[in-house]
Amino acid sequence: MLRYILKRLLMVVPVMGVVTVVVFVLSRVGPGDPVTIMLGEFATAEQIARTRTALGLDLPLPAQYFAWLAQTLQGNLGLSLFTRKPVLELIAQSAAPTVLLTLCAMVYAVLVAVPLGVLAAARAGSLVDRAVMAGAVLGFSTPVFVLGYILAYVFGLRLGLLPVQGFPGLEAGPVAVLRALTLPALAIGATFVALIARVTRASMLEVLNEDYIRTARAKGLRRPVVLLVHALKNAAVPVVTMIGIGFGILLSGVVVTESVFAIPGIGRLTVDAIFRRDFPVIQGVVLVMSAVYVLLNLLVDLSYMLFDPRIRY
Amino acid sequence: MSGSPPPALEVADLAVDLRSGGRTIRAVDGMSLTLDAGETLAIVGESGCGKSVTALAILRLLPQRIATMRASRLRLGGEDLVGLSEEEMRRLRGNRISMVFQEPMTSLNPVLSVGRQIIETIRTHRGLDRAAATAEALDLLRLVRIPDGERRLGQYPFEMSGGMRQRVMIAMAVACRPAVLLADEPTTALDVTVQAQILDLLQDLQRRIGTAMVLITHDLGVVAQSARRVVVMYAGRKVEEAPVGRLFADPRHPYTLGLLASMPRLGSSAAHGPRGRLREMSGSVPVMDGRIEGCPFAARCAHALDLCRRSAPEPVEIAPDHRVACWRAQERLEMAHGRV
Ligand SMILES: Nc1ncnc2c1ncn2[C@@H]1O[C@H](COP(=O)(O)OP(=O)(O)O)[C@@H](O)[C@H]1O
Ligand SMILES: [Mg+2]
Repeated sequence: MLRYILKRLLMVVPVMGVVTVVVFVLSRVGPGDPVTIMLGEFATAEQIARTRTALGLDLPLPAQYFAWLAQTLQGNLGLSLFTRKPVLELIAQSAAPTVLLTLCAMVYAVLVAVPLGVLAAARAGSLVDRAVMAGAVLGFSTPVFVLGYILAYVFGLRLGLLPVQGFPGLEAGPVAVLRALTLPALAIGATFVALIARVTRASMLEVLNEDYIRTARAKGLRRPVVLLVHALKNAAVPVVTMIGIGFGILLSGVVVTESVFAIPGIGRLTVDAIFRRDFPVIQGVVLVMSAVYVLLNLLVDLSYMLFDPRIRY
Repeated sequence: MSGSPPPALEVADLAVDLRSGGRTIRAVDGMSLTLDAGETLAIVGESGCGKSVTALAILRLLPQRIATMRASRLRLGGEDLVGLSEEEMRRLRGNRISMVFQEPMTSLNPVLSVGRQIIETIRTHRGLDRAAATAEALDLLRLVRIPDGERRLGQYPFEMSGGMRQRVMIAMAVACRPAVLLADEPTTALDVTVQAQILDLLQDLQRRIGTAMVLITHDLGVVAQSARRVVVMYAGRKVEEAPVGRLFADPRHPYTLGLLASMPRLGSSAAHGPRGRLREMSGSVPVMDGRIEGCPFAARCAHALDLCRRSAPEPVEIAPDHRVACWRAQERLEMAHGRV
């Protein structure tokens, strides 16, 4: 298995190589120039030229790329053009809210969706099943910001139970952090409740027709054991795959979700960097997110082994 | 009630309707069985004649969404099963009545270890703790002649051959020393040499545990070896029932005659190949959709009379323990031109 993991990680190298080129080119081809943004419109041509040289922006693009690549390979993502802080440090600082929000949304989605999916499959065709499936359509088709505003209005403004926006910072303690994340996680998680519940139901329905489920019943096992042990474990692989995809969607959607809920995470960092054309930050964020995404996929593939002994790497 | 114990299993007038694709078929019609404690009763008949549905109906394992069943009598060791709740039925399944299925390759859960699947059966019904149940599972593996039990308990079904898996199925089925074992073509999916071993194992277990067994098969060779009495099924109905010796010596239903005729003679080379499959008889089982008026076998029967096409015969007792559902049961019919 270690060999498999190493092989998978090695296969990542060319992918990440392509990612570096694409992100580098994309961040440079757009209009706008960080130096004019930095110095303002009254800066002299000489000031601008001096700053460009200082930042290395006067070199030809390939030279800039290789310089960046060389330092990146040493684990150094460079300094922000604006704050002059290390990019890695900026990312680390904004990561906490993003990671926590993503995890909360997903844990919530899984905890709600899997039981609903199992229940719907166990009572296929019943009123419960139809209600769950209708709810799934609703959950999937309601945009995050609509649901976010509804939740904020009801629980935040009317009932005053939970903070509506913002993030207090880790030093505020776990209770304050969880309270701040509750409404955003509920809003973001809704889509994934819908997706995961559907996949769970479909996968369970297939498994419940299998001979070994009939055997489990013929042995006199209790219904919850038949459903949650014999059926769900066999139905798990598509569900876990969906959860992995869900994480990917959440990570790529942080820009929108964090701006809806005013959460100072990776999304905010990215937006700010794009507005200021802060190349090293943009490049660093994309690179780190790609790496996280790749690792996530590897984790999902490895987790299949937990559910199916026939899968070995 | 005098001293004689109640039969292990009593079924009377069992009827099962199955809905599929907008139609309803009567898969089992008026089946009656009596199984004495400790005995083996064989049910034979072509594929599709309702053998599995009969067994599943007794255990109440047919999917409720497609199946409706009725019976005037359904008793396990004298206890009436008809009025039992699902929870009460669950407590009996795998405990006092269990089943071995035809397909060992698909009947075990692929993602749970064999040990776990045996142990959970024991723990569900017998309330043993994990250690005691594990010890018991090891005993069961010895009982079904699986060597190296300690290692086998940790294995998954995909690591075992079909014969081994069927032994595991049998171990689970007898884990609670059931009064009745329904074995639904337990050897059909296996190699010939393994078939004989499994059959031998079932008989041996039956003697040791004292379980009564319904042995479902389409193989008359199996019947001759292992059963005391035989029920012949056709199109969901019992067409003939007799002690084994009598059935082979003096079969009265034309369908039974056909089954016997399609069996390879003992000692012939074919006896070492797959045994006489009933489908070698010409024609096929009609679909029982309620439109057939007379005897369901009339269309394939060389001896059919006008009466047979108009009205279905009921089983009548022509000798002690020998019942036949045929208008011509009193005659000794012969095979005619390879047809029945
Ligand atoms: N799950 C099911 N859905 C619909 N029809 C079924 C189902 N199971 C069995 N049947 C039908 O019931 C009849 C009896 O089948 P079965 O009892 O399996 O025959 P066999 O004697 O080969 O065991 C057949 O016509 C079969 O097509
Ligand atoms: Mg069958």
